[in-house]
Amino acid sequence: MTFRVGDRVRVADRVHEGHHRTPGYVKGRSGWIERVHGSFTNPETRAYGSDGLPERVLYQVVFDLEAARTYVDVFEHWLEAER
Amino acid sequence: MSEHGHDHPHEPIAGDDGPAAARARALEELLVEKDVVQREDVRRNVDWLVSRSPADGARLVARAWVDPVFRDRLLQDARAAALDLGLDPGPSPVVVAVENTEQVHYMVVCTLCSCYPRALLGPPPAWYKSLPYRSRAVSDPRGVLEEFGVELGEGVELRVLDSTADIRYLVIPRRPEGTADLGEEELAALITRDSMIGVAEPVAPASATA
Repeated sequence: MTFRVGDRVRVADRVHEGHHRTPGYVKGRSGWIERVHGSFTNPETRAYGSDGLPERVLYQVVFDLEAARTYVDVFEHWLEAER
Repeated sequence: MSEHGHDHPHEPIAGDDGPAAARARALEELLVEKDVVQREDVRRNVDWLVSRSPADGARLVARAWVDPVFRDRLLQDARAAALDLGLDPGPSPVVVAVENTEQVHYMVVCTLCSCYPRALLGPPPAWYKSLPYRSRAVSDPRGVLEEFGVELGEGVELRVLDSTADIRYLVIPRRPEGTADLGEEELAALITRDSMIGVAEPVAPASATA
């Protein structure tokens, strides 16, 4: 799934055993795409000796949290389109 | 382990005690033993890291303050801007610069570990890696800023940047009042490490009246 700047997205609320870069406080939360950073190797496989391929698109997602607007970099496979 | 040729026991030469340092040493020993890394590479990388300092980031910011074209370039492609100034932007992580203005204030955290633009700012401060900063920067960022002495004015939008993946964020702080006559080097001296993390304002110039 690819997204464009401005798209509404929701972070998957799933348990992932092992290394991953999606912080718990945004899991299940909705936000929108602010930037498309480009493609990067997948830290979830790279952490265990793999080359991390195929690369995954990394997005900057904005969340209106209670305390402040917060910008978090989230990989595509953690994002779902919000209807 | 007695691969260095004699068999009497002795303590390793190390000044940095504590469990984390011991774990790092054990990991290095194992990785060297298994031929995953070379000891020389480890040393070279450590040397490179500790040779970096916030002075490089400050040069970038000072140039951006005096040169609007360079400011745009820094915001668009921080790596290219660093190379323009002859600075070493380091290996892979992509650096993205953001700008504090009268309307918007950015602060940077890595809630998952301690991601930080090391190539341009040097090693991160201990508090940046601490659990209280990493959690409170998201749950109570205004409180954190107050503890650092930053009071955001009415109507300033606070934006927290959590560098969770491959991007490293560098804040271009607001240029202080009373600095119109200062040259680039004098300006750079006002730009602190913390101001480029977004938890402090730059130092006020000595000549400025309050």
